[in-house]
Amino acid sequence: MIIMNKEPFFQRDGVRTLMASLISILIGMLSGVIVIVIVGLTNDSISTGGIWDGIRMVFLGVFNKGRDAATGALTFGFNPAFMGNMLFRAMPLILTGLSVAVAYKTGLFNIGAPGQYLAGTCATLFLALSIPTSSIPAWMVWLIAFLGGMLAGALWGCIPGLLKSLLNINEVIACIMTNWLAACLVTWFFDMSSLKNVLEGTKTGYIYKTSTVIHDVIVDGVRTVAGANVPEGATVLATRGGVATSRMGLDTVFRGSQVNGGIVIAILLAVLFYIIMEKTTLGYQLKACGSNRYAAKYAGIQDRRNIVLSMAMAGAMAGTAGSLYALSGNTEFFWTTYQSLPAVGFTGIAVALLAVNNPIGVIFSGIFMSYLNINGQQLTNLTAYNEYITDVIIAVIVYLSAFSLIIKTWLGRKAKKRKAAGVSADRKGEVRG
Amino acid sequence: MAFLVRQTLVYAIPLMIVALAGVFAERSGIINLALEGMMIFGAFIGVVCMNVMVSLGWFDAVKASGNMWTMQLYLLLAMAVSALAGCIFSLLLAFAAINLKADQTIGGTALNMLAPAIVLFLVRIVAKQNNLLLASGDSATWFMIKKSMWGFDKSYKFGFLGDAFLNKVYLTTYFCILLFIVMSVILYKTRFGLRLRSCGENPQASASLGINVFRMRYAGVMISGSLAGLGGCVFAVTTANASANGDVAGFGFLALAVMIFGNWKPLPIAGGALLFGLFKCIAASYNTLDINGDGTYMLASIGLDSNFYRMLPYLITLIVLACTSKSSRAPKAEGIPYDPGKR
Repeated sequence: MIIMNKEPFFQRDGVRTLMASLISILIGMLSGVIVIVIVGLTNDSISTGGIWDGIRMVFLGVFNKGRDAATGALTFGFNPAFMGNMLFRAMPLILTGLSVAVAYKTGLFNIGAPGQYLAGTCATLFLALSIPTSSIPAWMVWLIAFLGGMLAGALWGCIPGLLKSLLNINEVIACIMTNWLAACLVTWFFDMSSLKNVLEGTKTGYIYKTSTVIHDVIVDGVRTVAGANVPEGATVLATRGGVATSRMGLDTVFRGSQVNGGIVIAILLAVLFYIIMEKTTLGYQLKACGSNRYAAKYAGIQDRRNIVLSMAMAGAMAGTAGSLYALSGNTEFFWTTYQSLPAVGFTGIAVALLAVNNPIGVIFSGIFMSYLNINGQQLTNLTAYNEYITDVIIAVIVYLSAFSLIIKTWLGRKAKKRKAAGVSADRKGEVRG
Repeated sequence: MAFLVRQTLVYAIPLMIVALAGVFAERSGIINLALEGMMIFGAFIGVVCMNVMVSLGWFDAVKASGNMWTMQLYLLLAMAVSALAGCIFSLLLAFAAINLKADQTIGGTALNMLAPAIVLFLVRIVAKQNNLLLASGDSATWFMIKKSMWGFDKSYKFGFLGDAFLNKVYLTTYFCILLFIVMSVILYKTRFGLRLRSCGENPQASASLGINVFRMRYAGVMISGSLAGLGGCVFAVTTANASANGDVAGFGFLALAVMIFGNWKPLPIAGGALLFGLFKCIAASYNTLDINGDGTYMLASIGLDSNFYRMLPYLITLIVLACTSKSSRAPKAEGIPYDPGKR
């Protein structure tokens, strides 16, 4: 008779994976605390109270309600604005995390998310700010810009995918090169474009927000642009801009925050990818290519097509991240990007690794990363420390996930030992049965 | 023209030395994506070291004595400290990749994230801004070797060679060229170098001959870290005006490109570094570049955008990769954790 032996809770694969991730988070947070304490102790300007404030902020910054006016002590409680901003910042992180996770399932390390993100941002900004909203409804412009950003990211992701599948070039190197290519190309593109913000004099170096309303006007026979207030006697040729993602009522729940419908789209996409990966033939083929490209080929799976497809999907997600961030309407894009890449693309690696490349897990790890992000922001505002400590924590988490398998097997071994200790008791039961 | 040569060297030298850093790690079998992170860390430590010297009053003492050559000694000291810092930082990669058999790509990415984070965290606390500068005014230019230091006055005409190689140059340039040659000889002409390279090709075979693969790979990564840290310090002094802001403008990744472009071999790498340095130089100053000295800015009149020159190195690397992918000389065992049982 076959006895269905249900594994003990702590030995189940999923549980051990989750435990490994939680341990990574814990060690990461602890290293952050250690750095805070060491810096606090060696720095004369930071008191013991300051250290304690710093530690509390790293863990609970989202829940702080500022300093008490009378005593100067930190107060904590539910803060809808920070909570909403956390969701807002989670949106691009979930998407870049998805990007890295999807590629990883096919055995590809997509370090190209920053470049794909830039491609998406660039296409979206161009489409949202160039298509006249005076002739096409704003929602349709939004949709075109959104899909355009997604497509641009996908195309940019295809390049390393094609190089990998056709010429067997390491995708990591190709991604690094395409990242910097994108950074230079985007700078070049915006340098030549007419999308630089000239309406607000203080905003040199920035592109218009997508929500900015721009009128192409003729004033005294000269063609120029005007903001929301068109000067008298000017002829309006067309109106552009004024495009932003719907708030979906989230701003009434999280008052005073930047949150909008983008987070809903991000979560839906994550669920969609879960379904594709786990429930469809395509997902199975992609994963098969990831496990062993040549075995998959032997089984009749087109490995080359799947590698390109996987990178295209990964690129599309990173592109969507850039697209939705730009379309939120209240973010500004600094267009001289050639010297540094957007950090959100690299944080996507951390998001995916922490979630062990599970699309549903990515939702949670993305929110966790943006939770850290807001904590860091509050750390800068209210204590002697600054937000970069959260980057240290994230880096430590990534470092640990490089050998998370070891933590996982260690956990399994520990559980087995426990089982071995209780084996005599089990035997007794067997004899009786 | 002299300006072009001088400035190209300034950009090429850090690229060259950091690309060689990459070679040492990869030839021992460890992918070192963390070159950028190690450079950032080295640059930071170098600037901190110089700040300490300033606060100790060493710089002022030099200025008072008038013998500016002493400054070069201090520069060498700062470079040594940076190299040591890079070496220690690289141990994180070595430990993960060699002892724990971790994924080297992820480990390297982690270090690339860790270095700017920790540097910016400390800089912000110390300097109250995102940029750590030298405490006293124009100290960074003190490291420059000028006409006056050779005993000539300002009106003396140096000629092309003098202007290109002796005036307004940095000692780091010549030190790094020397170091580059020495390290290349070590890699190719000594027993140690041969053993190191063998570990990157077939570590199991090396082990069967009594070579300690773990130790060799540690050596490779640590040398790599030292050179990258030193390269970071060179970058900080020559192009960043002795400041540290958790960023080396992607030079680490560009060095990676140089390494691949140079097919993991020192001589092509030196050539690649010069070529990419030239592009960097043109991109930075093509508008005011007077190549043959006739007063016209030739490159500006061609009409190509500086952004074009900026992206050329990456584009060329991709094309070279695409064309040579069949005959790539990448170390065979790079990226694969050493498993003694896999003989």
